[in-house]
Amino acid sequence: MKFIQNIGLGLFIISLLTFVGMLGVGHQKLSVDHIPGNEYHKTAITTAAQEAGILDTEMSNVGFVSNFKQVLKTAQNEQEKLSEAGLPDDVDEWNFKIGNWKMDEYASSAVKASAGGPVQDNPWLFFFLTFGLAIIGGLLFIIPKFFETPGIKNNGIYHDSLTRGIKVNLRSGLLIFTIIAVIIYGFVREGNLFWPLVTIAIGLAITYFVFFREGSKDNNPQRSASPINTGWLGIIAGFILIGFYILLYWKPEYINNWVTMVNPLSNSLNGGEASRWFLYGMMYTIIMLVMGIRMLAKYQHNKYQRVRTYSVMFFQTSFAFLIPQILAKFNMPAPDLKNMWPLDYSFFFDYRLDELASNGTLGIFMLVWGIVLFSIGVPVFVFFFGKRWYCSWVCGCGGLAETMGDPFRQLSDKSMRAWKYERYIIHGVMVAAVIMTIGVLYTYFTGSYSILGFNTASLKSWYGFFIGAGFAGIVGTGFYPLMGNRVWCRFGCPLAGYLGLIQRFRSKFRITTNGGQCISCGNCSTYCEMGIDVRSYAQKGQDIVRSSCVGCGVCAAVCPRGVLRLENGPNTDSSRTAELRTIHISEGEIKIL
Amino acid sequence: MKHTVIIGNGIAGTTAARWLRKLSTQKITIISSETDHFFSRTALMYIYMGHMRFEDTKPYEDWFWTKNRIDLVKDHVNDIDYRNKSLGLASGSEIKYDNLILALGSKSNMFGWPGQNLDGVGGLYNFQDLENMEKHSPGLQRAVICGGGLIGIEMAEMFHSRNIPVTMLVRESSYWNNVLPPEESQMVSDHIRKNHIDLRLSLNLGEIKGDGTGKAKSIIVKETGEEISCGYVGLTAGVSPNVGWLKESGLEIERGIMVDEHLATNMPDVYAIGDCAQLRQPKPGRRNIEAVWYTGRMMGETVAYNITGKTVDYDPGIWFNSAKFIDIEYQVYGDMPAQHDESTESLFWKHSDNEKSVRINYEKSTGTVKGFNLFGIRYRHEVCEKWIKDKTHIEDVIQNLGMANFDPEFYKQYEGDVVNLYNQKSGKNLTLKKKRGLRNVLSFLGA
Repeated sequence: MKFIQNIGLGLFIISLLTFVGMLGVGHQKLSVDHIPGNEYHKTAITTAAQEAGILDTEMSNVGFVSNFKQVLKTAQNEQEKLSEAGLPDDVDEWNFKIGNWKMDEYASSAVKASAGGPVQDNPWLFFFLTFGLAIIGGLLFIIPKFFETPGIKNNGIYHDSLTRGIKVNLRSGLLIFTIIAVIIYGFVREGNLFWPLVTIAIGLAITYFVFFREGSKDNNPQRSASPINTGWLGIIAGFILIGFYILLYWKPEYINNWVTMVNPLSNSLNGGEASRWFLYGMMYTIIMLVMGIRMLAKYQHNKYQRVRTYSVMFFQTSFAFLIPQILAKFNMPAPDLKNMWPLDYSFFFDYRLDELASNGTLGIFMLVWGIVLFSIGVPVFVFFFGKRWYCSWVCGCGGLAETMGDPFRQLSDKSMRAWKYERYIIHGVMVAAVIMTIGVLYTYFTGSYSILGFNTASLKSWYGFFIGAGFAGIVGTGFYPLMGNRVWCRFGCPLAGYLGLIQRFRSKFRITTNGGQCISCGNCSTYCEMGIDVRSYAQKGQDIVRSSCVGCGVCAAVCPRGVLRLENGPNTDSSRTAELRTIHISEGEIKIL
Repeated sequence: MKHTVIIGNGIAGTTAARWLRKLSTQKITIISSETDHFFSRTALMYIYMGHMRFEDTKPYEDWFWTKNRIDLVKDHVNDIDYRNKSLGLASGSEIKYDNLILALGSKSNMFGWPGQNLDGVGGLYNFQDLENMEKHSPGLQRAVICGGGLIGIEMAEMFHSRNIPVTMLVRESSYWNNVLPPEESQMVSDHIRKNHIDLRLSLNLGEIKGDGTGKAKSIIVKETGEEISCGYVGLTAGVSPNVGWLKESGLEIERGIMVDEHLATNMPDVYAIGDCAQLRQPKPGRRNIEAVWYTGRMMGETVAYNITGKTVDYDPGIWFNSAKFIDIEYQVYGDMPAQHDESTESLFWKHSDNEKSVRINYEKSTGTVKGFNLFGIRYRHEVCEKWIKDKTHIEDVIQNLGMANFDPEFYKQYEGDVVNLYNQKSGKNLTLKKKRGLRNVLSFLGA
């Protein structure tokens, strides 16, 4: 058993090394045909490339990208200069000048066109060596778990360097460093200082509120992190994830080989060339399926967990991945129909509204579906089932957290301080999403980019950069091995904030505790991915109604004494959630309740 | 300002402190030499198994104590001067009290076995026991556990989780059959063996042999003389009140510290709660010392009322308890003896997987339900308790049995099988009226 698992682990490591290593394979050889752009741009770039002497020269990917960016810069300056002298008659300014937003697109497309080498020659081979080996290795590691005796087997989680976490100070340091780095990069990339400064100001204000107004300064959250810094494998895993997201979101010109490798698959599914988003979607689905099988093995004794895992696997594979591919094949708008605003923050963006508006009945259906889902679907379903119907049964982000993230769920911070941060941040993001969307719609309908003196376009762009990529991706997933698997869902997701408010105030869902049976062992709190201190309720015999609870049911699963149960009942009887809920002092003698 | 000092920071002492704080503004001090902060003793096994860290077993964050003005002193109390109301600590300092609560807990039973003080021998009760197990675990070839019961099986599961072979010597002829009825006892014994734990029944520890350097190297089985070599010997033959050091102090002690119904001892303003307290007059059907988590918690609450001037009798209500035997959860509500008497009828249903069972005892003559034993199935405490308290008829109970089910959603319900079993036995034709769900439960409990 152990032997088979070790082979699996070996194959997985080979696949990971191949995945990283293949980025350095092959060469770039730019010829005139590869140069992107309209005729003006193309001419300018070609001239610059000739001057730089990079045409028809073999270069490495990294060398080529830096050279070609230089070339683009030269071409941009040249067009700028020419345009000052006067535009040709038949062209407008932005078809003549090369805008900043065009630069990345041109770089990627030139890289793609000029690439050659083993990956381009044998995409399926590399697909097998990376995804293939990772799947085989993963399954070899996972399948033996089906033969273990069923039951909660969290043995050794805190003995493992990958899953034990690190000290709270180091963890906070890494987090702060990452956030500052993202903000600085955002400033450089967006060329806008206003929103980065607003973001920093909000961050400082929240910290002030949490530390001083709510008195968490002295409430050192020792309990919420590891007492020692030996979780180095976790740190490495975190850096790998963060690195992946940086490349995917912001440096796609370096990952051309990854995209090329999935080209044949993309062709057969949607009839088109693969994009980095195809790569990401496919990878996401494969990870969720393989790690979903791991969940099925781990919880073979628990039907709630199994059904829920099948559900997220199904929604990811069909709604998030295959259905959009098929829609795209038939040239139809291809949204993920289970995703919804405000998590899907670009739902009301102009290009998407235009796309839906120009696709007849189907487009209108998709638009109405998207609006009905968040405006009627959410309140109705949350009323009956709690936010779990979405967060731990349907959602893609939640699905990844529940599958790939499951080994890290114990690392969520259970301190009061973290809870205070959580409430400010998640509702802050929710408000930001609403304001950003109002701005976008205002611009869509009036054509004006200015509302109360703020620029709607720059806010939209900053939201996409900082929340959409930085928070949800870099921090939200990159910090799985350091802060638990629901960093985004707990602190950031605006949809979770909205679902949570309804769950907290208008829902039949709650976790009930079983009388006096709690022994305060702490398994429930430890394994709560949302950082809820479940035990603090359970040991008082209090029912749990918390906005953040995603209803994953793991607290009930790990409880050794059968104390917790997820229920949808009649509207909460407030005495069951009362602070002081004594059970065994006879009420005839004491009347304090 | 009055000053209440609590010796012991376990569940009893901590609950007392918390309730004193809720009910009064007096000064509260907890003294313990075990750990700086309260932790859940029942979770010690999970630290060893790597499910949790020590930090995770602390039910309150460390700032909780300052915020609630509960002073924590890490020290050992050497002697108590009842006349001057003062405590002498190992550090040499002295603490005065107005009220004293003794929450001293238990210690593992040692029956004078030769070699019981060797290195590599230990019980499992306090944090130091855990450290001792941890220290001897690297490279351990085999552990022998002497004594069944709840701590014995916990220790077996702990070693098992690290793939360390375990032999369990159990005095009884089947696991814990002095508490569990034969069918349940057999089921747990089977489960232990299924997990490859070498369970040896009807055997006792003879002696522990040392390797000459003061370390345990093997044990001798008393009955057979067999020698089993092992690097660790777990002594889990129960616990007894940790009161030896107070025996000559004037405090009235039998096995535990004698307390009345208000948990007061024979010394003025001195109370005893939790494992170390022995009730002069336990409630009918209850033992005078009940060393379980839940009674410690209830006593802590009760003593706080009594100290703050609201006289309350200690009333633990209807007996309940729970445990987990490796993967099988166990819950008990009411009076469920290993061997029930003539006047009691027992309805026992067992699943074919040999890991789930339901037993309901009721009075033959009146049909009054007396208790529930659950294995691998969760039942609701409040519902079972109300049925027992209200002396509900067995037929009422089983027709509404679904209401008691507390298993997670989508779990198969077996209450219908229990009803069928009753019908077979009695020739009646009852049907299950209520299924699992909170709505029924709330209206039942509210009524």
